[in-house]
Amino acid sequence: MLLREIMELLSCETAWGLELAEGLSIAACFAADLMSDVLAFAEPGALLVTGLASIQSAHTADVAEMAAILYVAGKRPAQPVLDLARGNGLPVLCTPLSMFETCGRLHRAGLRAGVRT
Amino acid sequence: MSEELPRAGAEAPGEILYSERWTIRGGDFDHGGEVAAAVKSTLRQFAVAPEVIRRLSIANFEAEMNVIMYAEEAVLELQVLPDRARVTLADRGQGIPDIGLAMQEGWSTATPEMRQRGFGAGLGLPNIRKNCDEFAIESTVGVGTTLRYGVRFPL
Repeated sequence: MLLREIMELLSCETAWGLELAEGLSIAACFAADLMSDVLAFAEPGALLVTGLASIQSAHTADVAEMAAILYVAGKRPAQPVLDLARGNGLPVLCTPLSMFETCGRLHRAGLRAGVRT
Repeated sequence: MSEELPRAGAEAPGEILYSERWTIRGGDFDHGGEVAAAVKSTLRQFAVAPEVIRRLSIANFEAEMNVIMYAEEAVLELQVLPDRARVTLADRGQGIPDIGLAMQEGWSTATPEMRQRGFGAGLGLPNIRKNCDEFAIESTVGVGTTLRYGVRFPL
């Protein structure tokens, strides 16, 4: 699924750096607010879905080699977080939808769990 | 700041191609992750497989956050050898009274602030061990903790 399609699916009002991943197709998601869980279990190349907008979320996405970051529940990352994500080539999306609603819609659209085996 | 940090032990044999040190300050949440990112950039200059870099970066990030959450200051030293990369992270801090407990998933003494940052769930040390091919920890209460871990390069 393209990031632009995900934006539409989740009524994302804001996104940054979509041009960094033109044509990037997302197949899997990993959703967590606990960054240690992302580091331990996320599959590289998955979309990181999180309600944690701290600078550590962007570091985690970089270290765990995620494809992009989707912040849920209206969370807006501060500028240093956006700068870090951009520096690492990571697009950032924001949705007003809750974590539950977000994951439900992504799952229904055919995305799978991005869990490292 | 002039106090000497705990020293790493004697070097294991092996040709060291490159080494570099970074300082991590305890409590510095706003910069937590920068050292792991810097080490990752350094490793990319060597012909190291991306999956190996990923595993070591995960270990470095968890270890860096541990210092920020629990210690006063630490020095992280990276050594690149022909067949592996290894890290020694020596901190000055409170130390760990029971390493067996600290290695158990879910055991944590984290504060709410740490948990708000997405860490402090008791997964740090187990995560480091899980991602590394070598792992050792020693700690003295009231003095500090030294971690040694590393990854082997695939042949």
